[in-house]
Amino acid sequence: MRNLINNYEEVFAIVLFGIGFVTLLFHQNLIKKIIGLNIMDTGLYLFLASMGYIYGGDAPIYAENAGFYINPVPAGLVLTGIVVSVSVTAIMLSLSVRLYKRYGTLNLDEIYLEARNKINER
Amino acid sequence: MELIANFPFFSIILCLFSAVICSVLRGRGAKICTVVAESVLAILSFATLWYVHLLEKPVTFMMGHFPAPWGNEIRFGTLEAVMATVFSLILLCAVLGGSKFVNRDIFPQKINLYYVLINLLGAALMALIYTNDIFTGYVFLEILTLTSGGILMIREIGRTTLAATRYMILNLLGSGLFLLGIILMYDITGHLLMANMHASLKVLIAHGSYSLPLTVIVGVMCVGLAIKSGLFPFHSWMPDTYGFATPTSASILSGLVSKGYIFLLVKIMYRVIGIDQEILSVARNILFVFGLCGIVFGSVFALQQNNINRMTSYSSVAQIGYIYMGIGIGGTAGFAAAMFHILAHAITKPALFLANASLIEVSDDSPVFHDLSGAAHRNKTAGVFFTIAAMSMVGIPFFAGFTSKLLFSMASLGHNPAKTGLVLVILAISTILNTLYFIRTVIRIYTKRKGDLPRKFSMRAELPGWIAGVSLAAMNLFLGLNSRPVIELIEKGLLRFQ
Repeated sequence: MRNLINNYEEVFAIVLFGIGFVTLLFHQNLIKKIIGLNIMDTGLYLFLASMGYIYGGDAPIYAENAGFYINPVPAGLVLTGIVVSVSVTAIMLSLSVRLYKRYGTLNLDEIYLEARNKINER
Repeated sequence: MELIANFPFFSIILCLFSAVICSVLRGRGAKICTVVAESVLAILSFATLWYVHLLEKPVTFMMGHFPAPWGNEIRFGTLEAVMATVFSLILLCAVLGGSKFVNRDIFPQKINLYYVLINLLGAALMALIYTNDIFTGYVFLEILTLTSGGILMIREIGRTTLAATRYMILNLLGSGLFLLGIILMYDITGHLLMANMHASLKVLIAHGSYSLPLTVIVGVMCVGLAIKSGLFPFHSWMPDTYGFATPTSASILSGLVSKGYIFLLVKIMYRVIGIDQEILSVARNILFVFGLCGIVFGSVFALQQNNINRMTSYSSVAQIGYIYMGIGIGGTAGFAAAMFHILAHAITKPALFLANASLIEVSDDSPVFHDLSGAAHRNKTAGVFFTIAAMSMVGIPFFAGFTSKLLFSMASLGHNPAKTGLVLVILAISTILNTLYFIRTVIRIYTKRKGDLPRKFSMRAELPGWIAGVSLAAMNLFLGLNSRPVIELIEKGLLRFQ
């Protein structure tokens, strides 16, 4: 329990990951799925950033009389991850636009039903 | 000779440059550019194979100006080079064989974008094969996911868009889990390069600390990559994805993309965690069980289908099950069998999808079995290519599929008697099921209807397809008849994979 309280940032990050994961997996609305995806990724980035942060450390820029620095590698990884998740989000949104234009709804169940009914369309 | 050590890096950058050039070309020019780039890629990969085979030890190549614990690395041995060579050849065959259908399925102004995606996919595959840095692995894994989603959704019919959405959602879940695994691993070890991670993990495991987090990490990574490669309970995206994509995309997705993920998983097992560690055995046993379930259920589902493309897709579920079964058997023999099956399936499945497309084309564009009767009489070459690939899938001697089944059964002997029994029984059941649905299809396409005459095709349009079909069939026969050198290369590569 004490560990959980001491590492509250990581606990919070994993809870966020779980919320995002479940939303992405089980929600039927495409836009909410995409929001879930972003929450999931944000949780991961929070986890990574908080692990790399050292209390009292300076920004990792060389200075004459600096004490110690925070770990810059996780920050770099988070930046890369953000780029990845932005492009993934863009693709998912464009797919949603295309599906909405064709089927007139964003609910995946309804889209499946409609696609099944159109037998001629292979 | 020193120059050849740069070839893996060249092959990644070559695909990236070719993608940039394709983006400013028109459709036909982009296709030629892609074909040239993939051919050069195959030559580069083969030269790499030759180089590491002569050198007899893996090569570590420093990327950028910083040495090991800080900078990025490429590492390649015979196993990576074999994979890269075969993958680039199959990429070339898929592009050649499906080009006719690409022109049919995709809007003319988007064809060059299709080839851009193919090139980026090639770059991502090569990077996944060669990289020695786990986060680089993740980034290129995401690029692979994005480009494979792209080559799927570029065919703009409703079902393909829907299939692409489903594919992307499940793949993103997999990537999220895999990234979680990487982050936890980084937090525990403090490294991103596989060799350094392995060194710190070894110390941690010897002390017995972090055993629970390590189990979680292994589980999360295995589940993530299993979702992405379509292991049995996570296979639901496969039939729609392969069934509705344009044939080139279906070939690449089934033959190469899922194999790239499996290769990364094997690399992590060998190079990061260490193949003889106790924590891996639980994960491997679970993968083994799901692999066996996948073999049986994939075949049963395939038997129920009334659509040739969906049948072939469900057969992929079974084949992925084989590969995970090999990983589950363990030992060098098990992994070598899995690697050989990766090659065998990567050669056979694209041939099947390309032949399917040609057979469907002469059957009024209908993939339903009833309409396919006599299709092999209307398009004789496609019928022959389909039959060769189907015989390999069933496991008839002289074809690649037979050799991999033989390797699986040999690998299962002498470990755990329960595992041996299970593997042999499941192999027998699966062979019967495969025979049922593939031979049924072969008989169906050779059952002549009234008035079935060979169609006339224009030589110009068909030639690339024939080249691709003949080379895939030749590779298949080569792996079936002359498998010893390939198996030796794989085994040598696995021994030095760590």
